[in-house]
Amino acid sequence: MKHSSQKTGRIITYAALIIGSIIMIFPFVWMILTSSKTVSESMQVPPSILPAHLILSNFAEAVKSLPFANMYLNTALMILFRVIFAVVFSSMAGYAFAQLKFKGKNILFSIVLMQMMLPSQIFIIPQYQMVARLGIANTIAALVFPGIVSAFGTFFLRQAYMGIPKEVGEAAYLDGCNHWQTFTKVMFPLTSSSVAALTVFTAVFAYADLMWPLVVNSDLNMMTLSSGLATLRGQFSTNFPVLMAGSLLAMLPMVVLYLIFQRQFIEGVAMTGGK
Amino acid sequence: MTATTTKTVRRPNARRLSRAARTERNWALIMVAPTILGLLILNVWPFLQTIYASFCNHLGFGYYEFTGLDNYINMFKSADFWKATWNTVYFCILTVPIGVFLALLVAILLNSKVKFKSGFRTVFFLPMVCAPAAVTMVWRWIFNSEYGILNQILGTHINWITNPNVAMISCAIVAIWSAIGYDAVLLLSGLQNISKSYYEAASLDGASKVTQFFHITLPMVSPTLFVVLIMRLMASLKVYDLIYMMVEDTNPALTSVQSLIYLFYRESFVAGNRGYGSAIAVWTVLLIGIVTVVQFIGQKKWVNYDV
Repeated sequence: MKHSSQKTGRIITYAALIIGSIIMIFPFVWMILTSSKTVSESMQVPPSILPAHLILSNFAEAVKSLPFANMYLNTALMILFRVIFAVVFSSMAGYAFAQLKFKGKNILFSIVLMQMMLPSQIFIIPQYQMVARLGIANTIAALVFPGIVSAFGTFFLRQAYMGIPKEVGEAAYLDGCNHWQTFTKVMFPLTSSSVAALTVFTAVFAYADLMWPLVVNSDLNMMTLSSGLATLRGQFSTNFPVLMAGSLLAMLPMVVLYLIFQRQFIEGVAMTGGK
Repeated sequence: MTATTTKTVRRPNARRLSRAARTERNWALIMVAPTILGLLILNVWPFLQTIYASFCNHLGFGYYEFTGLDNYINMFKSADFWKATWNTVYFCILTVPIGVFLALLVAILLNSKVKFKSGFRTVFFLPMVCAPAAVTMVWRWIFNSEYGILNQILGTHINWITNPNVAMISCAIVAIWSAIGYDAVLLLSGLQNISKSYYEAASLDGASKVTQFFHITLPMVSPTLFVVLIMRLMASLKVYDLIYMMVEDTNPALTSVQSLIYLFYRESFVAGNRGYGSAIAVWTVLLIGIVTVVQFIGQKKWVNYDV
């Protein structure tokens, strides 16, 4: 009796997980299938599930309408610089806040906490005005601009440095390291898993960001994949095969990275979660 | 020498920093300098500017004229503004409880002994790495009233995106679908921290799975659940990109789904009313603050920190 109820439980578990997975996967499958259909094929009633021929013309059309090469490059550079800034500056500050003694530490750290608690939109108009005044609108620098420092990164890496016993620093100090050397040679390497998590977190959120790139880079050639797609939506409001091809092209790099580094992605998010 | 002595006498409690302590302080200040200067320029100053701008009329090119409470008075008189506030709250009501519940369910299923655990996890987490701009595009296609697969499967003719009464539900479906894997991963790490010995002891006492869930799992996971809930709530109050991609300017359902941040974007960057837009941003911050405070008071009733 008990055995059979356990068996039913397992069947229900698997059934629920499989149905859930189908719901999660279906939009992606439908996107791929539609991207290879002609417009009239996509509008058939009842719908055709598989495309009649494998056609790539929708991809050609999407690439013709949007400068995908530029968008890939802009997005990659934006992510690269944001990750470098977040890791370097946040590591420095995180180490100092966690391991060093100095006056005014609490007041300075409260600035970090304040930024984390406020929604980014409260800063966006003045930030945009700064970009405009500096004359850097429609550049990579503009895309990177609000990500030069990362309050969340500072907070997160401070936690990592707090987990390192003070004795480690003291031992390095006795070996003749100054504070900078202790940080770069001894402490920083110990935080590698947190740095990896921060990298994933920064990259995923920079990639998804829509409002800032839309506001600051209106030139099509300087758009990111996200803001470029928003433009494509307006151009092909009913040509769904082209829209699906464009979306697929925009999603592909991150999905491929995710499938390769899935453990790092998921662990990174689990670590940084609770933001 | 005498100068030092008098100084010490005048401030008997002042502890003079040793050479080593001074070096330490100097290094610390150098190392926090980029972050602190960056935050002051990029966040603290803009925050104050936004508050000031909310009391001003934008004249163009970043010039403002002080107009007192005009923006706030206009805002509180505006039907669109109140609708956007309600839409934001309604979006939270539709997405947060159901979304977090489903995420907990997925986490519990993944925490049981199943094969292909990491495969399932990968699938549920997938929307997280896809930009909302890309995934909403395919949902628009699925929801398309004439040729969309959803209406064809259901045999209905629902205007999922253009019917003002339905559009918000469609947005909520996409939001839940997008966030479920992320929340499930966080909850799963909370579930994995629960010691197996509790369940073994309960089984020996003859407690059923349901009893075990309500008396062990739920209280033990409640701190994680609280974090996920508050994080999801904060994110939902700031919802923008998903609704922006689902519902374009010309959509008749726009005012029925427009969130506060979407309204903020349209006022500030499409219409150019940056003073009025700033007032909306300030209001949104206040709303988020109030909701957070309520959550932190409410948590005492159900979150269990004893373990």
